[in-house]
Parts: sequence; C-alpha cells; structure tokens
Amino acid sequence: MRAMNYRGPYRVRVDQKPDPRIEHPRDAIVKVTRSCICGSDLHLYHGMVPDTRVGQTFGHEFCGIVEEVGPEVQNLKAGDHVLVPFNIACGQCHFCKQGLFGNCHESNPSATAVGGIFGYSHTAGGFDGGQAEYARVPYADFGPTIIPDWMDPDDAVLLTDVVPTGYQAAEMAGIQKGDTVVVFGAGPVGMLAARSAWLFGAGRVIVLDHIDYRLEFVKKFAPAEVYNFKELDDVVVFMKKTTDGLGADVCIDAVGAEATGSMLQTILGKRLKLEAGSAIALHWAINSVKKGGVVSIVGVYGPTGNMVPIGNVVNKGLTIRANQASVKRLLPRLIEHVRAGNIDPKAIITHRVPLDDIADAYHIFSDKLDNCIKPLLLPAGA
Amino acid sequence: MNEQALARPSNPAMAVDTSSIVGWGVDANPQNDPTYPYRDRSGDNHSGEWERPTQQEPSVELLKSVEHKWLPAVFGTSSPPSGISGSMRRLAFRWSESNWAHWLLLIGADRVNMVEGLVSDLAHGRIPNVPKEMGVPAEWRHNKTGLVKKLTVASAIVGGGVALVAARRRKRDRTS
Repeated sequence: MRAMNYRGPYRVRVDQKPDPRIEHPRDAIVKVTRSCICGSDLHLYHGMVPDTRVGQTFGHEFCGIVEEVGPEVQNLKAGDHVLVPFNIACGQCHFCKQGLFGNCHESNPSATAVGGIFGYSHTAGGFDGGQAEYARVPYADFGPTIIPDWMDPDDAVLLTDVVPTGYQAAEMAGIQKGDTVVVFGAGPVGMLAARSAWLFGAGRVIVLDHIDYRLEFVKKFAPAEVYNFKELDDVVVFMKKTTDGLGADVCIDAVGAEATGSMLQTILGKRLKLEAGSAIALHWAINSVKKGGVVSIVGVYGPTGNMVPIGNVVNKGLTIRANQASVKRLLPRLIEHVRAGNIDPKAIITHRVPLDDIADAYHIFSDKLDNCIKPLLLPAGA
Repeated sequence: MNEQALARPSNPAMAVDTSSIVGWGVDANPQNDPTYPYRDRSGDNHSGEWERPTQQEPSVELLKSVEHKWLPAVFGTSSPPSGISGSMRRLAFRWSESNWAHWLLLIGADRVNMVEGLVSDLAHGRIPNVPKEMGVPAEWRHNKTGLVKKLTVASAIVGGGVALVAARRRKRDRTS
C-alpha cells in the first residue's frame, strides 16, 4: 500500500509499505477514505516528540471502510464506513471504565502517562497511523463509530480529534453563562474551542494568535473577538484591561509546545529542547485568568517539563484542567451538534491534497502557506 | 464509600479499617469533584486489576516502560528498534518516564535514526529526494520570495564557511 513515511524532522514522503494485517483478535483493517494532518502531527514533523522513529506512518485523524475484522469483533463488518477516534482504548481497563478513553492502560507499552494514539511516535504506542491507504485499528469493537448516513465524511473525519478536543477544552473549562473565555491559539482546535465555548453559555469569547488570516477566519467561524498578540505591548496587561482589571473567567491553551511569543521559551524549548517545547501560551493563560479562574489545557506538550508560573497558580487559586480528549465519550453529543448545525466542522478544511503529495501538505500546513487551516489527505481511489 | 471500597484487591495487606479512624468521611461530598464530567467515578472500584483483553503476541522487539505492571494487551509493531539508535533506545528504557535521561536518550536516538535512515536509503540504491521530502515544491508555488531568501541565507552561510576554511588553510600553508 501507499503510506506516509517519516524520514526525520521536516522530511516525509509516501512509499510502498506492506499492507497492515490483523495482529490481535479485536483488530480491524480499515481502507482509509480520508485523513487529516493535525496540528499535533507538526510536533512529530518538527522532531519534538521523543521516540519518533524513521519509517513510521503518522495520522491519527482518519475514517475509512472496514475491510476485515478479527474474530472478537462482532459489531462491525466489512463495508461499514467508520470514523476512528484518535485514542486507542480497550474499554475495560481501570481508566476506560471511568470514561477516560484518552488514558487507556492497555494500549501503550512505552509509556504510562499516555494511552495509545495512532501514528504518534512510540511514546504513544508505536502504531502506524491513517495517512495511508490502509490502517490497522486495534480494539475495533470499541473505538470506531459507524458514520451516520446523513453525515458528510468530511465532517466525520474531523470528529476523530479536532472537534472533540476543542469541545472538551470548553467542557473542562467549566464555563458558566456569561463567562469571558479567552482561547490562546487560532489553529483548528482553538477555533473549535471558541465555537464550543458559546455552546456552554459563554458571554464573551476572545481568541489570540499572531496569524491574521486565521484570526479573520475564527472571527466569523466561532464567532469571536480576535487580537493579534504581536500588536499588543503586553498580552497579560491587555487582557486585564479588557476585562475590567480582573482577568478572564476562563483561559484555554489550544497551542501547546510550539507557541510563539517568547524568545526565551523558543530558545530553551523549541531550539535546545531543554523544555518540552515553548509554554508561553500557557504562561499567558495562567497570568491572564482571574483569581479563582480556570485554565483548560488541550495544547500538546512533550513528556519532560516546562517553565510555567506555577506560583501564580497557587496564589491566584486557579483550577487547571487538562487531558487528551476522550473522543468516544463525546461522540454522541457531538454528532447531535453536527446534525443540529451547532458545529460545522468541514468549514475549516482549506486544502484537499492527494496522499502522494503529503510532503507538500505538511510543509504548507507547517509554514502556514496559502492561508492553510486544515489539510485533508485523500488516498488514490478513495 | 464503605470499608470494602477501600480494600485494595492488589494489596489486601494495606486495606484500611475505616471504623478505626475518628471522623472518617464526615466531610465527604460527591459534588467536590474537579474531574466532573469527564471522569465517571461510578466506574472506579479502586482496583488496579480488571478483566484484561486478550494479549497480542509480540512479533517484534518491544520496549516497555518500567512503570508498567504488565505488557499492555495491544501495541504497535511499526519500526522496531535497530542499529545504534536502537541500542540507545534500549538503554533509555532502563529509566522511568520520570527521568530526564530516558527522554534525552530517546531524542538523541531520534537524531541518530535520521542519519541511519539516509544510510539505509543509499544502501538500498535510493538517493532520497530531500528537497521534495521537505516540501520545497510547495514553498516554490506559494512563497517564492521566502524560498529565495532562505536559499540566499543558506548560500551565504555555506559560502562564508567555505571562505573561512580556505582562508585558514592559506594562512596555515604560509606559516608552515
């Protein structure tokens, strides 16, 4: 099959690789109909995630048609068109039993802090991902969801990660009616977090980024009040001034390890890798939220450590909530939202790229060329 | 919560007799739960054991975190450890996820692995099209000015380096 092949930081290509096979009785083999490049794939692409091995196929946002199932899979059959949550979850371990499907303990030998994730380095289990013609899907009797007949597959593929992650960012923030919500980052997840904040009753939604075309998009998509932080003297002072000197009720970090805005964090975290990436967005979130407020983190960070003003978290009495999205838990509600028109996921897709041109797609997304927000990859014949 | 719930099946010797603790649970409040709504506490039996899924048979070398009690039931079989980078990864897995040595060794192994990938390509008679793999055609389509700038800067750095080395050689030749 044709599949993405990681060759090192900033280098990817599509090669012929062996077709995946059933390796566990609860596996399925899925013929990928579309996949996306996620913002967090860029952390892999930039060489920031430890144990990212040459030869791996990335891709944790994909949907496809079931080709074959293992003997323990009774609820799917060949021909079903499914969306595949990015979390690989068994559904029966200590954590899955509590709905923490992003924290499964039976899907990742390399680390205990994170469950298995498709195509996301060996730190997340060493699985090949969906940026390919075919993918092996473990625990296929639990994770994949059959795409409803009425649903556009372009919406479905975005329900595998970006929509649930943005939604869970708002959910974890515990937004109350009338709250001021600040979202750091106008990437796809930030856009969905801003959109979701309204669903929880926010009274004001503000999005900060430094890329004007994305701010223009989210201004209408969410909708949201938007600011380019490069035009602000001091982000935190600005946020205080615009919230009666108190700070926002809720701040959401939808950026993670590759935040721009601090030379010190860039050098230590992104260049020297002495931190798990640059945490300036989280730094601003902690300092911009009001006392007693909530900081919700869905931005992805590496496993080592980051410089953040933890003393201010204590002194301000903040609540920090964070997790990988528990996709399977959220899907029923999110499917309702898509059907009701409350969320329009496919609106964020700006590029449709043949799988064979994946190197261009990664570069365009990484360098924010051609006003790219979300690239969709299409295998030949899909 | 009752006494039974506090008994850890995985370590019964550590079970607590809560009736012996004065005031046990008098301020317990189910609403005091910062994990609501994403964690369903009703599914928490405080046990580190559960009915495990069927174990996948390892078909490649796996590196398991020392923090795991057992090998998780499923795992990926992509790119097993090999070469020098593989040795570095094996060494890294002697330490826990909490230890910086673990992660720094893995990051180092990733860089070595990149070189191994290039060598492997060449050994298989393939000269990798690095500019294409790095998306240079897309850069040319969408950001010609930027590409020209990058190439100019790169050329200046390389040219400067070559000139510096040449100058040092000339100086050394003159003095010897």
